[in-house]
Amino acid sequence: MADLGHPSTYRPTTKLGEWFDARLPVARMMHNQFVDYPTPRNLNYWWTFGGILVVCLAIQIVTGIVLAMHYVASPDEAFNSVEFIMRDVNWGWFLRYTHAVGASMFFVAVYIHTFRGLYYGSYKAPREILWMLGVLILLLMIATAFMGYSLPWGQMSFWAVTVITNLFSSIDMVVPGLGTSLVQWIWGGYAVGGPTLTRLFALHYLLPFVIAGVVMLHIWALHMPGNNNPSGIEVKTKGDTVPFHPYYTIKDGFALVVFLLIFFALVFYAPNYLGHPDNYIPADPLQTPPHIVPEWYFLPFYAILRAIPNKLMGVIALFGAIAILFFVPWLDRSKVRSTSYRPIYRWFFWLFVLDCLMLGYLGSQTPEGIHLILSQLGTIYYFGFFLVIMPLVGIFETPRPRPGSITESVLGRTAPPDRTANPAARPEVVK
Amino acid sequence: MRRVMGHEKRTWRAVSLGAIAGVAGIMALGAAVAPSLAAEGETELKHVDWSFSGPFGMYNNAQLQRGYQVYKTVCANCHSMDLVSFRNLGEPGGPEFSEAAVKALAESVQVTDGPNDKGEMFKRPGRPSDRFPTPFPNEEAARAASGGAYPPDLSVMAKAREGGADYLYSLLTGYEEPPAGVEMSPGMFYNTAFPGHQIAMPPPLSDGVVPYTDDTEQTVENYAKDVSAFLMWAAEPKLEQRHTLGHRVILFLFVFAIIMFLAKKAVWKRVNKDHPPSTA
Repeated sequence: MADLGHPSTYRPTTKLGEWFDARLPVARMMHNQFVDYPTPRNLNYWWTFGGILVVCLAIQIVTGIVLAMHYVASPDEAFNSVEFIMRDVNWGWFLRYTHAVGASMFFVAVYIHTFRGLYYGSYKAPREILWMLGVLILLLMIATAFMGYSLPWGQMSFWAVTVITNLFSSIDMVVPGLGTSLVQWIWGGYAVGGPTLTRLFALHYLLPFVIAGVVMLHIWALHMPGNNNPSGIEVKTKGDTVPFHPYYTIKDGFALVVFLLIFFALVFYAPNYLGHPDNYIPADPLQTPPHIVPEWYFLPFYAILRAIPNKLMGVIALFGAIAILFFVPWLDRSKVRSTSYRPIYRWFFWLFVLDCLMLGYLGSQTPEGIHLILSQLGTIYYFGFFLVIMPLVGIFETPRPRPGSITESVLGRTAPPDRTANPAARPEVVK
Repeated sequence: MRRVMGHEKRTWRAVSLGAIAGVAGIMALGAAVAPSLAAEGETELKHVDWSFSGPFGMYNNAQLQRGYQVYKTVCANCHSMDLVSFRNLGEPGGPEFSEAAVKALAESVQVTDGPNDKGEMFKRPGRPSDRFPTPFPNEEAARAASGGAYPPDLSVMAKAREGGADYLYSLLTGYEEPPAGVEMSPGMFYNTAFPGHQIAMPPPLSDGVVPYTDDTEQTVENYAKDVSAFLMWAAEPKLEQRHTLGHRVILFLFVFAIIMFLAKKAVWKRVNKDHPPSTA
């Protein structure tokens, strides 16, 4: 994979470099992929979240490994071992709060990244595999975050595990007994307990490395066709691109620092803002909390689960809400990538964003009365957006005229070329 | 086909605008209904201007010392505080008792230790490394002595309730005569801050029960404030370190962000010269 996508310009400058290059051309690959990798010159700031996500994963892995050195995965000791980290481990409070806030910030970034891909049609040919690997990463992240949340063994940890693992018992409605057996197999017993906690911990430690592996494939699949861009027009000439370094290393770098500013403002000034107070109560299997709610990043999915009165159908909708993303490249029938040039679809797109936010709010409320009805409407729109709107709007809509090339979209038709230092700052010059 | 689209386009826009307006309307309705649903069984939260709130907040050592006194005199009779040791009382960012005071406080309790080389448990005076003593040997004993209710551990209580220190203060000052028409269960007390308004804990504070050594007025209100601050410290003993380090990190990142922004502008200024856009 030394020169995927474009010819290599790497020239080793030392004898050792040449010797290495003939044997294991890692430096050549890094040079090709992260230095002179040709990148569309019009990427806007929504494109910086890929790099930010790599840093998020790195932060979670590094803080997580150190936390695992002090954490004890046992129902009797887990809660107190977390408090031991907070009180007596050097910098323990910093590690734990960074890890906990980091999970939230990871999801902030991944949701922005996903909506970016959805808006600019980054899933369309030839980037279907790239998109599907992204959905797989999202799925793995959801599993990892869920398992991680169980580890402090507070009330919310315990009851979230109980509720979510119990979902599998709905299979009983299809094959009687199978669901129950499956749930007991997952628990390692007849209730959530020690064996459940230890396996959740083992998998929580494993999955981030699986994610890292899929991320590499994701980047590989990105670097084959190259980046999509806000115009949605493929790169046609060399002039459409600039080398990745320094143009996007510096731009991603700036965005990353701003992201970290928000990240660490939360870590240092409001570390528990996104958490739930009940998780500072040690797990008690005999006392169910009045409201069991997941972390904020699962709330839209939780709303979908509870919107459907039938348990099995609810579970299917829950998993379907993620699974449907795998089919997006084929559900969207439009020939145009970027929603900027799709006058009708863009309304439905922003409505979909609002719908996800509304479902998020509803996921935090008790599913009664108006909240339940809204959840149901929200769920219908969620699936309707993918199954009805995406295929139909793509067929019936007349897209707005697109620029002939990236260069044309950057320069615009009237603006003189030198008026702006940063073409990416005004990605939609052509209206 | 193309020509028909023009009309179709307008219809589509009307439909989508209608849909958006519909959803917006439903959401507004939801927002209007939500508070009225929440109003039933509402608990009152009194907001105190804590010295430790906000990004620049720090604990008030004297307040934490008084709070410890209230905890030790009143709360510790029924509530454990398993995660806190006497040594913590002398650590920076807490009540910051002197080393001698910490030692004296620790020695004032008798701790069961052992077994010794004869295999027997024995009592000894406490050391700063000992945890705070627990009032009951086990949960059953605690329940038996407290009318069936279990007084929860207070180590992280200030983080384990919605509202934090405000909630604790509201609870401790929230005892009232039950309003007319409210049926109280036997052994329960009416409290405006407690969910459901019926709490098993009798009003723990009354004016003058804890003799303060400084000139702070010895009122229920002050006791409640001081002990809530102390419980916040017990739950979050690294708050001061966190805030102090936070200022440095945020300042660094802020300056770094400006530098990165300028560097980014400088790099992109040359882009059209060094990499001319071309349609050829």
